[in-house]
Amino acid sequence: MTAMAIFRSRTWLSRSFSSLSSHPLRVCVVGSGPAGMYTAEKMLKAHQGAEVDIIDRLPTPFGLVRSGVAPDHPETKIVTNQFSRVAQNDRCSFFGKVTLGSSISLSELRNLYDVVVLAYGAESDRALGIPGEDLSGIYSAREFVWWYNGHPDCRNLSPDLKNTDTAVILGQGNVALDVARILLRPTEELATTDIACHALAALEQSSIRFLPLQSLALNQRSCLKSVICCAKRMSYYYRKVYLVGRRGPAQAACTAKELREILGTKKVQIHIKEEDLHKSPEDEEELKNSRIRKRVYELLSKAATTGPSLPSSGQRELHFVFFRKPDSFSESAEYPGHVSGVHLEKTGLKGVGSGKQIAVGSGQFEDIECGMVLKSVGYKSVPVPSLPFDHKNGVVPNAGGRVISDTSGDPELIEQGLYVCGWLKRGPTGIIGTNLHCAEETVASILHDLEHGLIASPSTSTKPGREGLLQLLDDRNVRAVPFSGWEKIDCEERKLGSLKGKPRVKLGSWEDLLKVAM
Amino acid sequence: MSMLEAAHEHDIELEGKDDSADFLLIFLRACEGSLACSTCHVIVMDVDYYNKLEDPTDEENDMLDLAFGLTETSRLGCQVIASPELDGMRLAIPSATRNFAVDGYVPKPH
Repeated sequence: MTAMAIFRSRTWLSRSFSSLSSHPLRVCVVGSGPAGMYTAEKMLKAHQGAEVDIIDRLPTPFGLVRSGVAPDHPETKIVTNQFSRVAQNDRCSFFGKVTLGSSISLSELRNLYDVVVLAYGAESDRALGIPGEDLSGIYSAREFVWWYNGHPDCRNLSPDLKNTDTAVILGQGNVALDVARILLRPTEELATTDIACHALAALEQSSIRFLPLQSLALNQRSCLKSVICCAKRMSYYYRKVYLVGRRGPAQAACTAKELREILGTKKVQIHIKEEDLHKSPEDEEELKNSRIRKRVYELLSKAATTGPSLPSSGQRELHFVFFRKPDSFSESAEYPGHVSGVHLEKTGLKGVGSGKQIAVGSGQFEDIECGMVLKSVGYKSVPVPSLPFDHKNGVVPNAGGRVISDTSGDPELIEQGLYVCGWLKRGPTGIIGTNLHCAEETVASILHDLEHGLIASPSTSTKPGREGLLQLLDDRNVRAVPFSGWEKIDCEERKLGSLKGKPRVKLGSWEDLLKVAM
Repeated sequence: MSMLEAAHEHDIELEGKDDSADFLLIFLRACEGSLACSTCHVIVMDVDYYNKLEDPTDEENDMLDLAFGLTETSRLGCQVIASPELDGMRLAIPSATRNFAVDGYVPKPH
């Protein structure tokens, strides 16, 4: 009950402040990733009477900044300092471990708050819909990223990195490059990051088989047992990662920074076929119109002409495979139920107007043998009951962030007081900063609707807001994690990290997280 | 000192925005100057001043690739270092809401 008492006294405090300005506007933001946090920040800034509650199903805030950004990209996580200042604002409260759809329904939230903004992102995956997709050893990149980032839901993923020397990654966007880089980077470089301990251990065990011959002691080299041992190690000597794209280098979805980085990974040979770099007039046109694509193409072109150096000990291979789309997955005869390869169809490009080209199958096929497949073909949002949803595009239908209930009829019906921001609104594209502009648009729509009486006026509103949420959660025995609970987790993780020369050691299970937070 | 730090310290109001520099401090330095974002993106309004600046590095160009409202004279504020020859330089910030026109259409509430 102590947590409740603290919340109640803060509510009282913000009431006495807001009576000096305008009436409280009760806002609930669902999701505490970049979209949710930028929305909360702009709402607080734009409206002095706004009281913003942020709910998240995890006890830890910040969404993909914590669970998506790669462990070797710590500068990208600095933005959490800004987000923490938002959560610590007097008129803002964070409620972790509160799940939309189970702890509380969307209708209940809309009855409690004047404005509800859904910013819960995309926690599922686009499926390929091809035979063999549910063989073991095939994961979505999202799951693999959650696994190495210590997300409590993927703690037990246990990808097998020991019984194969080849991984195929389908997709060539930045997420695909992230997972390739984590698989290929020397583990001593990963050891000083906040990568999850179980992931580092799995990667280290996988790379034990790559110790160069020179590291064995002299007496071991002369022993027969060690000769056999060496032979076993030699059979897994080269770890190969394939990045497979349906189209060509002019259409590769990654961006220059990430590509430059992976091309410079230590002890990795880059393989790109020069014939794949051939540009059609349509490709030239596409590159002319896009600065991003042009710089990516130039990097790939330079890497292809530099060519791989002669094989030497400790080298791994990264292959960029273009013009191939997955047709089916093969099952292993040795390990039934497990993947043993990808059957790929060669493609050609066809223009479909407005400068866009799509991949079309040519009827010719080839195979890549592998023991692990990572599908990096896009995230997908998950609907909740009573939320309008566009299943084809995986987003909530909206106009400038206002949720539309029915796009088939005329005029469009707007769901009063219900808004979206981030991937749930735009689809799973863009970077952290893209959400800054997305939140500006959604908050502009909210302010416009407020001014024009399209949201129930706060002065006549009887919505209970934060008090109502606390009461409902109390009735259901749901103990929310306050922001101070996250601060305890943060402190503990950083303390554990300092003992190991890492920025933090993530608490990887629900039990550990809640034990520290509460 | 970079333009970003200068705006921070001297409460400079950048052209194109009604709000004060406080707004900028909070919003435009997500990575706090470590070349890992493009939120401090500024547009140099006079091409003469743009040409006086040192060319952007590959790392800055990589971030500019992703900047909202990129122009021919765009730079990252955290990489533009103040010097006497830049005295009088005017910088603008791209307005996000400029491209999202609220056309006056009022949808029917459900």
